[in-house]
Amino acid sequence: MNSPFGMPWLLPAPVDFKTRAKTLVNSASPDEAEVRRLAAFTLDLSELDTLGKIVRRQKEFLVAKAGFTPVKLGIVASHTIDYLAAALPGTGLRHNLAVDIVLAGYGQAAQELLDPGSGFASQRLDCVLLAFDYRALGLSSVCLKTDDADEAVSAAINYVSSMAAGVRNIIKATCILQTLVPPSDPLFGSFDARISGSPRAMVEKFNARLLQEVVLENDLVVDVAFLANKVGLDSWNDTRGWHKAKLPASLDATPLYADHVCRLLGSARGKARKCLVLDLDNTLWGGVIGDDGLDGIALGQNSAVGEAHVALQRFLLDLRRRGVILAVCSKNEDATARIPFRHHPEMVLKEDHIAVFVANWSDKANNLREIAATLNIGTDSLVFLDDNPVEREQVRQTLPEVAVPELTEDPADYISLLANAGYFEAIGLSEEDIVRADFYQADAERVSLQKVGNLEEYLHSLQMVATITPFNAVGRVRIAQLINKSNQFNLTTRRYSESEVEAIENDPSKFCLQVRLADRFGDNGMISVIIFDKAHAEWSCDTWLMSCRVLGRRVEELVLAMVAEEARDAGAKRLKGTYVPTKKNGLVVEHFAKLGFTRTGDLPDGGTTWELDLAGYIAPELPMLILRPNDPGCVNDVA
Amino acid sequence: MSREENAERLSEIMRDIFDLEDLEYHDSLKADDVEGWDSLSHLRFLIAVEKEFGFRFTSGEIDGFKNVGEMLDVVVHRATR
Repeated sequence: MNSPFGMPWLLPAPVDFKTRAKTLVNSASPDEAEVRRLAAFTLDLSELDTLGKIVRRQKEFLVAKAGFTPVKLGIVASHTIDYLAAALPGTGLRHNLAVDIVLAGYGQAAQELLDPGSGFASQRLDCVLLAFDYRALGLSSVCLKTDDADEAVSAAINYVSSMAAGVRNIIKATCILQTLVPPSDPLFGSFDARISGSPRAMVEKFNARLLQEVVLENDLVVDVAFLANKVGLDSWNDTRGWHKAKLPASLDATPLYADHVCRLLGSARGKARKCLVLDLDNTLWGGVIGDDGLDGIALGQNSAVGEAHVALQRFLLDLRRRGVILAVCSKNEDATARIPFRHHPEMVLKEDHIAVFVANWSDKANNLREIAATLNIGTDSLVFLDDNPVEREQVRQTLPEVAVPELTEDPADYISLLANAGYFEAIGLSEEDIVRADFYQADAERVSLQKVGNLEEYLHSLQMVATITPFNAVGRVRIAQLINKSNQFNLTTRRYSESEVEAIENDPSKFCLQVRLADRFGDNGMISVIIFDKAHAEWSCDTWLMSCRVLGRRVEELVLAMVAEEARDAGAKRLKGTYVPTKKNGLVVEHFAKLGFTRTGDLPDGGTTWELDLAGYIAPELPMLILRPNDPGCVNDVA
Repeated sequence: MSREENAERLSEIMRDIFDLEDLEYHDSLKADDVEGWDSLSHLRFLIAVEKEFGFRFTSGEIDGFKNVGEMLDVVVHRATR
């Protein structure tokens, strides 16, 4: 139970796990909800292996029908990595991924990564994990002279650096690096910390230099050193396993390690969770506000329970500051539920921090659907925090795509369970992240405001300002985020990594736009991304996506006007568009039709092709101010 | 606990790790005889046995097993539960 490698936020696997997993593996039409339910249990290596077979056997179903994102991951390791590789496909399902693994030949790192003709290079990998052990990088023996220590670390850094360059430039995949786990056995004792040539000091120096000198903006980093430290170095390191089979760590560490790799991959694919939905009674505060009253609930006041709830609220506020949306879902009278927010002096969270506040007596699964709909996000973007095991179970059964952390009876454990589950794993921090919670807040207000007046008046009243620029370095992180996250308003659902976005930005045969939209409620940030392929007479739409936050604001008409103008100026006669259907983009099936395109054909997968004759196109008047900072002579107020 | 009872616990682990419901225990059983018993599942097997019986094999022991009978001898000798 208290294994250092445990994942206590997940429920233990039921006794019939293997039977249920095998049923799925062998089923002609597997139950998508059951896949998610099984992946949400704590699983050991053998259970992960069984579950992983679903990914191999049912990949097509998982990707095309169940919304799992395919990732082809190559692994290059200086040691035995097969157990991790076996655990990753099953673990990936927990993070909405269908992971395919390709292992480099043992001891073949340089050959696989630096030779464009290698087997590895021909695999079209999305990402490559570089997993090295300090013992394989020449850092396991003490260097008594500082120069020798520096040289040993430099040699290791240079080696890893050239492998990383191979991943980026020759394999053309996203590079995933790891920090090195230090040895657990001292040589001198505490003096190891003071002499630069102790293996521990060299590993620490390596890690610092890795992050400063080797890791580039588009790379990902698994901080394995931190993970091993959390678990405890004596538990993590396994000398016997190293001697027997060159195992880098205890086999029992594998499921946890795999989970950390997958949450990072998931985050890179836009699968990290977006919104944390909070219960109130006995979650945000101790006791029941409706029964105990304002003076009776435990919050602060130097009691262990009260302080635990205050600490939790501080943590939640920090999550919100880094871009996680907070919502409330409570079985309460609305007025009662709001009392502590308004009147309790120790409340850290205020109503202003809550994007959607739902307090009623309906069942929580329905309320969660409602909250997701209000925020225009999927229920698979939600995490649900509730002290009540009955509510947790109801949500797990009804909405298996919602992440529901298992809690203990002690509120002092809540932060740890929530933080270590990795629901909000980040791979970068953009300006948008910092103000996102406010966007959604303003949005929820707009939802109520939309009920009055006619639409045109409403749109004018918003005082919208659209800013349109080509792709650039400043916008790149957010562009890649949108490209990888947008599912609903997305015509082709083509995913591009940050490095691919950069390539598109510099490709003269591409026309690309990023659109930002502000209004009187705040800045919505970047909300639309467009890529067209320029040919002489016709421009073809490669990517057209928009944040659903700004649906119904005529942004798509604005985009068309911009593209049409540019294309016409470049001498093009037609715009062409393709709709590629997915499980989630039914919203835009009529997108091109609504914009006046003519349907020119049907594709075998249910997709459609469209064309717009530029000669007959007239740009509409739009209820917004249009700014084009790259084109100072062209600030036109169309409103 | 008798050698037979421990043999049954050992077989239960093998059925799970090697994914063979009809595996029958006998002392001379070895990796070559069992489909799915490769170097990877071998280590998982050793660690599952350690958990079940509450002790840790030495490096010498894991190098030395020629068949499950030899492993069972060590288990009978060292099991703490």
